[in-house]
Amino acid sequence: MLGTTITLAFRAINRHKLRSFLTTLGIIIGVAAVVTMVTLGNGATAAVREQISSLGANVLQLRPGQGFGRGGGGPRPPDFKERDLTAIENQLTGVRAVAPVVQSSGTAIYEGNNWSTTVYGTTSAYSEVQQWKVADGRLFLPDEEEAGKSVCIIGNTVRTNLFQGTEPVGKRMRIKGVSCQVVGVLATRGQGGFGDQDDVVVMPIKFVQRRFTGDRDISQIMVAVDDAYDTSTVQSSLEELMRERRKVKAGDQDNFNVFDTKQISDTLTGTTTILTQIVGAVAAISLLVGGIGIMNIMLVSVTERTREIGIRLAIGAVAREVLLQFLVEAIVLSCLGGLIGLFLALIATAAIAPLMQVPFLFDIKVNFIAFVFSAAIGVVFGYFPARRAAALNPIDALRHE
Amino acid sequence: MSIADPIISMRGVTKVYGQGPTAFQALKGIDIDIAQGDFVAVMGPSGSGKSTTMNILGCLDVPSGGEFLFKGRHVETLDRDQRALLRRRYLGFVFQGFNLLSRTTALENVELPLLYRGEDKKTRYDMGMAALDKVGLKDWWDHTPAELSGGQQQRVAIARAIVTHPDVLLADEPTGNLDSERSVEIMELLTDLNRNSGITVLMVTHEPDMAAFARTIVHFKDGLVERVEQKVAA
Ligand SMILES: Nc1ncnc2c1ncn2[C@@H]1O[C@H](COP(=O)(O)OP(=O)(O)OP(=O)(O)O)[C@@H](O)[C@H]1O
Ligand SMILES: [Mg+2]
Repeated sequence: MLGTTITLAFRAINRHKLRSFLTTLGIIIGVAAVVTMVTLGNGATAAVREQISSLGANVLQLRPGQGFGRGGGGPRPPDFKERDLTAIENQLTGVRAVAPVVQSSGTAIYEGNNWSTTVYGTTSAYSEVQQWKVADGRLFLPDEEEAGKSVCIIGNTVRTNLFQGTEPVGKRMRIKGVSCQVVGVLATRGQGGFGDQDDVVVMPIKFVQRRFTGDRDISQIMVAVDDAYDTSTVQSSLEELMRERRKVKAGDQDNFNVFDTKQISDTLTGTTTILTQIVGAVAAISLLVGGIGIMNIMLVSVTERTREIGIRLAIGAVAREVLLQFLVEAIVLSCLGGLIGLFLALIATAAIAPLMQVPFLFDIKVNFIAFVFSAAIGVVFGYFPARRAAALNPIDALRHE
Repeated sequence: MSIADPIISMRGVTKVYGQGPTAFQALKGIDIDIAQGDFVAVMGPSGSGKSTTMNILGCLDVPSGGEFLFKGRHVETLDRDQRALLRRRYLGFVFQGFNLLSRTTALENVELPLLYRGEDKKTRYDMGMAALDKVGLKDWWDHTPAELSGGQQQRVAIARAIVTHPDVLLADEPTGNLDSERSVEIMELLTDLNRNSGITVLMVTHEPDMAAFARTIVHFKDGLVERVEQKVAA
């Protein structure tokens, strides 16, 4: 009986190509839309996560003044000195690495190409604090740092714009009118929370102080907290230490501020969660819309086919056999539509993900759920109206117009 | 009327459509006996209950009351599936509106009852072609209903009804949609099936010319059998 039914189901599909196509189309669109959306959503979420981690985990930024900027009127709060750095290194527990930073902007020139960028003066510890890796070449050598030699490590954006095809390591370029030798290229970090993190030139702090800022001041100290320690505890002891060192009287406001990058990461994580929820909701809606589409076509097709059901019953088919045929038809069309939908989604996501600059993450679970859900809708809505029709008296089914 | 060993026997069959105040009694107590091998024409004014009776005789519908014996079995006690199996095994039905499956070739339409009987491909082909041959449409086996004339469609429908070698062929106004020439062809076909294949034929018709082909004519009026006309064997 099953063999007969399968023969009949395939005959019916083959004979009514347009109807079969429309039924399948509903499922194709439902599955493709959901899988594409969720896959891209996951990709976007992953991209945000990656940017968060690119900020460097658990880093405290110590700056003069209150909050960002330099505060209101009054005298400009002093920058930090090298002894502040030493004090933090020696007196604070739970510190993994400490790096001083001075910043300066300027133009880099190499063989007629020029590129406006930001120069960071720091030490090798910066790489450890920010978890930056050198992709090509090397970090600064201790004697280069000690002597403040004119060497630099460039970010990938600078490399692309300045050196284009040529290998930069070992070349000499000019930065703010001073010649310097490129010793390394930083590994790409992409668009972070603060703009292009690859658009940088990193140099020994002593060089930047001597040639660009003209003093021994440190404008910012980055403190990486050891994973084993609580960031807020370390932040409190850092604040206490700095109040003491900068002679802030009890009750007076701090003339420095400590900024926890973890706060940013928490904020962004919250945003990501919302993003995921929105994507999920939209996906659920389109699945529902797809389901209603399938339901409509199935209902119409069964209404159309009530007479056919009547004929089959009249010539001696048992209701069960007619139903089984409709069930097989629905299963075949739904599964076919589901598979085509998955395939289209695969192509669409692979094509769109690079345009959106998000990673393409194939998620077997999403594919599976969308497939099962749509196929189930197809089967259910193909089956139940058919069941109603097969329950009719053959004469009534035949009279159906 | 009373016949020894009838294939079909109705006793006091009633049929009520609907319920409550809108209920309508279409059959008010039908008594009929039909002998094996007879050719019966059912006539009567519109609304007199001819189709209703045919549907019950064809096991497509159940009576509201009374007894209906088919080959000695009480059909009124059978369930849907049991009636479907009776139709599959012993009955062939021809409708006024042909009722062929669209976009399906003549042969596939004719093979359909055999499919439900579980016959294999070769048997289906052989029996299907034999039935088409009998109705003179062997060469048209791969045409769909849309490519056939009304008369040809009705002959395909007859082939479908007789492909299983049924005991009884029921036809409700089989010539109702055809011109008189086509109608005569169909009647000759039914006569041939009745005489040479031993199929009991039951046919509803409005036209005395068509009824003339039958051996027995049952006249209906207002949900009752008014009179039965028995012709001398030709
Ligand atoms: N499904 C139904 N529901 C309600 N009433 C019905 C139904 N089928 C038939 N009837 C009624 O039963 C009566 C008998 O109908 P039936 O179809 O048996 O007549 P008929 O003799 O075949 O007429 P005709 O020659 O016009 O085909 C009619 O009055 C009809 O209106
Ligand atoms: Mg009628």
